[in-house]
Amino acid sequence: MNRAFQPSGLRESNPTKAEGLLADLHLDLPLLTGLVLLCGLGVIVLYSASGQDMAQVQRQAIRLALAFGVMVVMAQIPTSVLRRWSPWLFGIGILLLIAVLAVGQVGKGAQRWLDLGFFRFQPSELLKLAVPMMIAWFLAEKSLPPKWKRLATAGFLILVPVLLIAKQPDLGTSLLVASAGIFVLFLAGLSWRFIGGMILTAIPAAWALWQWGMHEYQRNRVLTFLDPERDPLGTGYHIIQSKIAIGSGGLYGKGWLNGTQSHLEFLPERTTDFIFAVIAEEFGFTGIATLLLLYIFIILRGLYIASQAQDTYSRLLGGALTLVFFVYLFVNTGMVSGILPVVGVPLPLISYGGTSLVTIMAGFGILMSIHTHRKLLPT
Amino acid sequence: MPQITLKDYLRESRLFQHRAITAAAAVILLLGFLMLRLVDLQIIDHTHFTTLSRDNRVKVQPIPPTRGLIYDRNGIILAQNLPAHSLEITPEQVKDLDKTIESLSQIIHISEKDLKRFQRLRKQRRRFDSIPIRVRLEEDEVARFAINRHRFPGVDINAKLLRDYPMSYETAHVLGYVGRINESELQIIDTSNYSGTSHIGKTGIEKTYEDDLHGQVGLRQVEVNALGRVIRTLESTPPMPGKDLYLSLDAELQQVAMGAFGEENGAAVAIDPQTGDILALASKPGFDPNLFVEGISPSDYKDLQSSEHKPLFNRALRGQYPPGSTVKPFIGLAGLETGTVNFTQKKYCPGFYQLPNHSHKYRDWKKTGHGPINLSDAVTQSCDVYFYDLAHQMGIDKLHGFLKLFGFGSKTQIDITGELGGLLPSREWKKRARRTSWYPGETLIMGIGQGYFLTTPLQLASATATLATRGLKNRPKVVSAIKENGSETPTRLPAWPAETLPHESDHNWDDIIHSMTQVIEGLRGTAKRIRTPEYRIAGKTGTAQVFTVKQEEEYDEEKIAKKMRDHALFVAFAPVENPRIAVAVIVENGGHGGSVAAPIARRIMDKYLTEEPM
Repeated sequence: MNRAFQPSGLRESNPTKAEGLLADLHLDLPLLTGLVLLCGLGVIVLYSASGQDMAQVQRQAIRLALAFGVMVVMAQIPTSVLRRWSPWLFGIGILLLIAVLAVGQVGKGAQRWLDLGFFRFQPSELLKLAVPMMIAWFLAEKSLPPKWKRLATAGFLILVPVLLIAKQPDLGTSLLVASAGIFVLFLAGLSWRFIGGMILTAIPAAWALWQWGMHEYQRNRVLTFLDPERDPLGTGYHIIQSKIAIGSGGLYGKGWLNGTQSHLEFLPERTTDFIFAVIAEEFGFTGIATLLLLYIFIILRGLYIASQAQDTYSRLLGGALTLVFFVYLFVNTGMVSGILPVVGVPLPLISYGGTSLVTIMAGFGILMSIHTHRKLLPT
Repeated sequence: MPQITLKDYLRESRLFQHRAITAAAAVILLLGFLMLRLVDLQIIDHTHFTTLSRDNRVKVQPIPPTRGLIYDRNGIILAQNLPAHSLEITPEQVKDLDKTIESLSQIIHISEKDLKRFQRLRKQRRRFDSIPIRVRLEEDEVARFAINRHRFPGVDINAKLLRDYPMSYETAHVLGYVGRINESELQIIDTSNYSGTSHIGKTGIEKTYEDDLHGQVGLRQVEVNALGRVIRTLESTPPMPGKDLYLSLDAELQQVAMGAFGEENGAAVAIDPQTGDILALASKPGFDPNLFVEGISPSDYKDLQSSEHKPLFNRALRGQYPPGSTVKPFIGLAGLETGTVNFTQKKYCPGFYQLPNHSHKYRDWKKTGHGPINLSDAVTQSCDVYFYDLAHQMGIDKLHGFLKLFGFGSKTQIDITGELGGLLPSREWKKRARRTSWYPGETLIMGIGQGYFLTTPLQLASATATLATRGLKNRPKVVSAIKENGSETPTRLPAWPAETLPHESDHNWDDIIHSMTQVIEGLRGTAKRIRTPEYRIAGKTGTAQVFTVKQEEEYDEEKIAKKMRDHALFVAFAPVENPRIAVAVIVENGGHGGSVAAPIARRIMDKYLTEEPM
């Protein structure tokens, strides 16, 4: 790993006051810097994308404050504690998913929320953390790489929540939860032969999914992805307008607050799933390149922290959470730029909305905890 | 045991390191792929998407031009554009639509019909479009709403220009009217120039001069959002208003002509014989063209369509009537010019005429006959027998050939659409249309303007004007000048080239015109009652049969239903010495030309020749 991603607090001989405070709070400065920059950029873009709606910006700022709070809290919990909680958290998550489906039978259509009266809670979000924690806990019990039997059990443990979420139906979240689990398997040393075999089985499986496992709207999404012009005023409209927004941004963009596609409402979901197109339109290729560099920095820092972790559980969990963050980014940007199907995944830390924001920041909290609760070993 | 754990730890750590590096490489690779996609969209195809983005937001809106005005020869306005106020509601801005309409109806009358139209339009238009709930508000309604405006957010008064014809009934058949563009008109108009226009000339001058009156559309480039709402104007090209028309028509004369008919139906056309300028073109009854501008209601249209007086029928241009005796001066002139008769030679009139070897009696209007009579008296007293014989001697071919010179049987080419050409029968025509040969008896009745012979009032007036000028045949026209855009004064239209008819002898023309003056001035003239000391009139009365009287029957005016009665006709020009006006009048089912039609012509000539314009 590159030197730039090395921890600051450990090798320095005399830490400054600020660094001391960060160490006391169990925070990692490079990761924190990247996150703050990204979220700050998100707020600036949201101000433009929302049509200078200060109220919306304020709501997002409050959510960000809350999410950073959750991150700080998570950073205080040692991984040993998290590890002990893992199976319980997973069990509770599964039960809540079943509860959501039961309630969903009553109200027609997609059911993702559990209304607790004062608070609306989306259990599938919890699984984004609980699944990698569970799989990491399960695989770390025995030595790695995992044996065939363990692998099968782990696969089953992933499949149950994924199917429950897909049934809501929430394609985006089930994809993220599945990838979280699979990343743990991958990092645990899943053999390349097995991976190759899985890919070969995936092709007929995908065909079967297409035939029997997909809702009509999901199939339509795939079809319009392949040819958006097929239905330019319906499902293809999003992608067509988004590509126009990105393309018309050019190298330097139309300037902040000057995006016509977004301000004149041609671009749908411009504050949420399609906010990437707003950035591309207003800040151009240079802006997007800067944004992606920021993301790459955060991801590489995450992977570095995971690789420096002192126990298998922490390594697997930290690596998986970082890679899930990348999946968010790639699925969203791939969708908005028209190279991946339209799947409702937000641009992490930038899209308007609170649920996934809190989960993601909780994940970074865990990463910080992994990094800051290490016991110094003699070298 | 701790040693084994440590060994496992190192191995697992190394395994993880490898996997993490693989993952990092995959991340970089995939994001690189994404960057390539963005290069493709933002740099390579940038121009293409910029165009699409611009097309999305920039829309071109037409600005309709204001329609040209129409004036009479003295500058009196005949067609104008008046602001009409409509009360409009923007549904998006109204909280409770039903309640708003209910409170509105307390200060402004809103009928069931208005409500229905509002609901219909509401379905067609977008939420931020304003929809009229009442059109053509009265002044006091506008004022009443203005005071209460604050109570009605989202309700507003909108003014737009509507075509208005101040003289209404009186000029309807000359000007025609405008109405909403229909499907078939959409096929033929230049749709880009009409993109902002809702109305088009349907009949009359409004239709003939549509291209001049309409003007050129202006364009406004606006920025719109995804819903089509206009955000701001980017740039605009103002429209070029339509050109104003100046008619030769005299509005006051037109009024007099229409008024002179009283309750009768018919038509009167007055022409300046020197130029062919139409001075008045009356068709009674008229109709209110203003009804058509905003779309006539079905019940109003049904009334107009089903009325037995046929108010929509333009009698002056499209009414085809037998000319009756009004054609006698022309046939007399034909006789003289072809050398068939001379002016003083007498024929004997026993009250009827029989062709050699035929028993059928062609009656004279005067049962007892006129006795020996020359051409002059035959015109003055309208002797039928003289003209039966003249026509017989001349034959159909010569008769047809001569009358054709005066424009009978063909359109006058006046600059108002819809004119009909009448019918001047000939051998060829009969063979073609009726597939039989020409009978000599048909020549006789043509000699008195009956039979197949049909003329329009306009043709009669035009032929009379040609006679008055001793052969100067002008093409009649209504529009004499057009005011070009930006110019202060109207430009006169170039005169259409006039045709001069061949003259055998000027005396012949003088003689016929003299006989026509005797119709008014002679003791036994059929129109002597309209004689005036102010100026001299030359004229000819006529009666056109609607109903054929059988051989042994009498025509008894009293016993015949009004609509079966004869049409009364009169043609005239004045002053005889220097003709300034030629008139043709037809009164449908009016009876005798001398008593019914001639006074109308006199009233028109009086107005034109002796009264100063107001």
